[in-house]
Amino acid sequence: MADSGAARVLPVLHAPIGHDSAPRHVSGEALYIDDIPEPPGLLHLCAGLSERAHARVTRLDLSAVRAAPGVVAVLTPADVSGRNDISPFAGDDPLFAEGEVMFLGQPLFCVAAETLPKARAAAALAAVEYEDLPLLLTAEAALAAGSFIEPSQTMILGDARAAIAAAPHTVSGHLQVGGQEHFYLEGQVALAIPGEGADLHVWTSTQHPTETQHILARVLGCADAAVTVEVRRMGGGFGGKETQSVQWAAMAALAARMTRRPAKIRLDRDDDMAATGKRHDFEINWTLGLDADGRLRGARFEFASRCGFSADLSHAINDRAMFHADNAYALQAAEIVSHRTRTHTVSNTAFRGFGGPQGMMAIERALDAAALALGRDPLDVRLANLYGVAGDTTPYGQTVEDAVIREIMEALAAGCDYRARRTAVQAWNADNDHLKRGLALTPVKFGISFTTTYLNQAGALVHVYTDGSIHLNHGGTEMGQGLNIKVAQVVADAFQVPLAAVRITSTRTDKVPNTSATAASSGSDLNGMAALDACEQIKARLADWAQANYGHAPRFTADGVQVGAEFFSFRDFVNQAYLARVSLSAAGFYKTPDIHYDRTTHKGRPFYYFAYGAACSEVAIDTLTGENKVTRVDILHDVGRSLNPAIDLGQIEGGFIQGMGWLTTEELVFDATGRLRTHAPSTYKIPTAGDRPDAFNIAIWSGGENREPTIHRSKAVGEPPLMLAISVFSALTDAVASVGGHKAMPNLDAPATPERILAAVNDVRRRAGE
Amino acid sequence: MARPIRFLLDGEVRELAADIDPTLTVLNLLRYHLRRTGTKEGCAEGDCGACTVVLGELAGERVRFRAVNACILFAPMLDGRALYTVESLGREGALHPVQQAMVDLHGSQCGFCTPGFVMSLYAHQREGAPTDAQSLKDALAGNLCRCTGYGPILAAGQAMGRTPEPDIAEALGAIQPAEGLVIQHRGRRFFAPRSAAELAAILEANPDATVLAGGTDVGLWVTKQQRVLETVVSLNDCADLKAVEDLGGAIRIGAAVRYADAHAALAALHPEFGELLRRLGGLQVRNLGTICGNIANGSPIGDMPPALIATGATLVLRKGGARRELPLEAYFLAYGRQDRAPGEFVEAVIAPKPAAGRVFRIAKLSKRFDQDISAVCLGLSVGVEGGRVTDARIAFGGMAATPKRAAACEAALAGRPWTRETVEAAVAALAGDFAPITDMRASAAYRLEAARNLVRRAFLESQDAAPRVLDAEAVAYG
Repeated sequence: MADSGAARVLPVLHAPIGHDSAPRHVSGEALYIDDIPEPPGLLHLCAGLSERAHARVTRLDLSAVRAAPGVVAVLTPADVSGRNDISPFAGDDPLFAEGEVMFLGQPLFCVAAETLPKARAAAALAAVEYEDLPLLLTAEAALAAGSFIEPSQTMILGDARAAIAAAPHTVSGHLQVGGQEHFYLEGQVALAIPGEGADLHVWTSTQHPTETQHILARVLGCADAAVTVEVRRMGGGFGGKETQSVQWAAMAALAARMTRRPAKIRLDRDDDMAATGKRHDFEINWTLGLDADGRLRGARFEFASRCGFSADLSHAINDRAMFHADNAYALQAAEIVSHRTRTHTVSNTAFRGFGGPQGMMAIERALDAAALALGRDPLDVRLANLYGVAGDTTPYGQTVEDAVIREIMEALAAGCDYRARRTAVQAWNADNDHLKRGLALTPVKFGISFTTTYLNQAGALVHVYTDGSIHLNHGGTEMGQGLNIKVAQVVADAFQVPLAAVRITSTRTDKVPNTSATAASSGSDLNGMAALDACEQIKARLADWAQANYGHAPRFTADGVQVGAEFFSFRDFVNQAYLARVSLSAAGFYKTPDIHYDRTTHKGRPFYYFAYGAACSEVAIDTLTGENKVTRVDILHDVGRSLNPAIDLGQIEGGFIQGMGWLTTEELVFDATGRLRTHAPSTYKIPTAGDRPDAFNIAIWSGGENREPTIHRSKAVGEPPLMLAISVFSALTDAVASVGGHKAMPNLDAPATPERILAAVNDVRRRAGE
Repeated sequence: MARPIRFLLDGEVRELAADIDPTLTVLNLLRYHLRRTGTKEGCAEGDCGACTVVLGELAGERVRFRAVNACILFAPMLDGRALYTVESLGREGALHPVQQAMVDLHGSQCGFCTPGFVMSLYAHQREGAPTDAQSLKDALAGNLCRCTGYGPILAAGQAMGRTPEPDIAEALGAIQPAEGLVIQHRGRRFFAPRSAAELAAILEANPDATVLAGGTDVGLWVTKQQRVLETVVSLNDCADLKAVEDLGGAIRIGAAVRYADAHAALAALHPEFGELLRRLGGLQVRNLGTICGNIANGSPIGDMPPALIATGATLVLRKGGARRELPLEAYFLAYGRQDRAPGEFVEAVIAPKPAAGRVFRIAKLSKRFDQDISAVCLGLSVGVEGGRVTDARIAFGGMAATPKRAAACEAALAGRPWTRETVEAAVAALAGDFAPITDMRASAAYRLEAARNLVRRAFLESQDAAPRVLDAEAVAYG
């Protein structure tokens, strides 16, 4: 199969190739962790969760749990042989709460039993008594109480206060932005199998095998080298398995270590939603200063986010909110303040966009309000303030060098007939009282790189076998985003072999060590380059050998390997090299160049480049009920030179719909005791097929080409499209504003549920009438 | 000697012993007993569709193919039916056309929901259902995907090819049992009688039994509340409870009639019912759940009661050989309490056709249009003659501890001119009818205001063709 002597190899780069696992996805043959044949003696785990949001545990009697049928072991803090801490860095996230519980749903113990029903039944038998402690459930309450995970941060560009004070117009407002449950379809799951001595092999559905390995070693009190973490694929991640998967893997590891038996944990959906973190909800105050034409003079933002009971990744997430408070606009002068509140709720975590979406919501809301105050079309205000039009310096001091966003927005506006539709919407609204329509076109500029600079590194392992087949391994994880196929395309292209010659294998910490999470949209950028580096190393050795042996450097072509006037099949060529004792295996490495950031001053070049896109959304609302519908969406998105347009289109559409859900139907409701009331799909509503707009036009921007030498000049695509959905929120705001003739700015918060829309409609009616 | 459960798997007869755990779910049967792990658990409550499998059921001469949620389907409910899982279709290298279309159109990303979508599309194809975008959206509303945004899956649904499928009608006929099913498992019992009379006798003898219809509610007692059901009596195989009868001016819907099978008859009663059922649950829920089950369980947020109460529906209850009828609204006594004696069961509901000329409206308010539980549900039927209201039947779900009529609102309409002023007085009276609660679906204030506005909207719609937001298309221009 790898012998391509006869057939010409088809180009694979930049081609719309399907997901490598698709035939196994559709046939049910793709194995997720719960599908792996269960090893003999497997124990099933169930965690016992706190029933209080903040309380001293005055009694924890597990005797009935231990005595329950089928129970083999009960894990408590006393059983933790290493440290009772699963936090990524802050040391504030216990595997099991000890003495004090910090959120409702926090694990107290874990049962290991012969079957899952027995484990679940036993876990319910714990006798726990609590003494309630004061509750801080919201960012607002925590802010008032001075409860934070770290000191508030400030990012400064120029003198924003003075600029705003001197501006002809000032506009200000407040916005609440709700959180979001990841709702990966595959819940948290891990399987641990003990080996010899301290050895442990753990399969877990995680975006971060390396950190899982390190934390498991920390919890167990063993060397990193004793723990191997493996993940073939996840049934969705979206950031929810970057750190939040570790707790469950650690329980499986601990149970396996204690009992010397294999142990599996798979969370019930309700437990998963109660016990794992979500997107941060934000309270936002904003003020803009503008001139009469809507050009910005300065902007101030004050963010307060609900981080939950521990730090988790909240430092970097809130930093990214600050980095994106400018979105695509030159703010001229800016003061961006960020409060990171500690609350008695589940620890909020990474979620596609990583704080960026909340930051962008702030400026997009502010510009909508500015346009309304100035009586201008919001698109004109946006266009007038774009990087490349109004300036090029970001609030963190990075220069925007490839400000292509104006070109994209204007192309989209022309392509989707924005102006004509604006007129039509106005006319329609003038004729209709009951239903109102709204329209908005918003940009996305998203910074690409981990803002924690050292994380921007990756490794890969490539073996070429003597039959010409290639084993590809890299540090990135596959969660559906198509990372593996993209990296395989890079490798196949490097050797000019058919894609089928490249064998994609599961991510393992014993093959590629010390990797970063597959996150920050960086998967292809980092791992693609690392894999290419491995290929280039092997090719360099082959070239040296060919030069010495044949007197010519080889050329890897679609017709085979050309050496001088001769052509060899790839198989033949590498087999010759093997016989000549040439190493056909290499570990590749990549680190993103040219980036640096000083977090003490919030200045530097945190991003290697920016990804861009724009979306135009049209909506209709029912002013009697607040029901709403997205009637048309047009998207133009920049992925550089796409490595794989089919995969990239999938990311764009999926990201948009996920963002639309965040801003419309997906509402997290905690009650006054801190209990999450929307803990299952019966009550937490992600979009269905019916929510997909009937008119939905998506295009990859044909002008895309990364200015930086990224992998084949492509751009990251995982997160940026989510923020295209802000256009839906702006369009809904526009529709609500039409109720009052665009005289009063709607106080519409996110998610824009029917209830919030109706309240905003009533409020606008009242204020416009005054 | 008790007979085993007999069903077809990939066309082959399979048996399950008569002593299996009667509330073992089909999902767990597949994953842990039959090692068919293609069917996934996403929520274990019938809301995500990752566990979708297809049931083939004899309906007269033909086989009816239904997508259902395996996670809340009890294994004994397979008796006499054909089961298809994603493994039944094809494997890598030899995919079924439905699977191939999903591959070709990039319908999978993470792949976890994918087998469920494949099975929903497969059932859609086997039923010969239309493949326009709206039909596919309706067929897939019970399948959640968090990756794709659905476009590629809808495209696959439109592009999917066909392959000859073996006719299983004869094989299904051969496993139709002559008598009911009795499962005994460590003192727990499961009965699936074949007729209403047998059912009535079993329930009379076992007044504490759990009555099982589609299981879309009872299933969750097991999967979510870990309840152990001692005695379960399934009415799914009672042939004489599966009929929708035209009584001339009314329809009688038997206790075993599933939403999907009542859909056409109810839509014929009034198109508003058609739209309500389109949005009620996902298709997998409508393929199992029953109209009468939605009434019998007494939920304050079931969607059928307010709509049916508005028609003036009556409920038929049966105990042994004795039947009684009562107005549907009278069945609901208080939260969790219904007018149903031990050993008694809901045998049917009788819904009159709204008379021509009446203002008849059903409105369902929820955060998401499809497959969501209502925050408020309205059923409204107002008779108007000569511009004057003759009588009004207005019922709400989600506004009280039970589905309930809005007596003060109705009284404020009766005998008065059907005008904006009258309607304003009537909606003002709703505050006397209801003191709704605040919960995760909506606040009390929103519920009350939305209830008022739904009545106002019904009035507006009766005056001229007010557009509905769900029907809105992109604005016309140029």
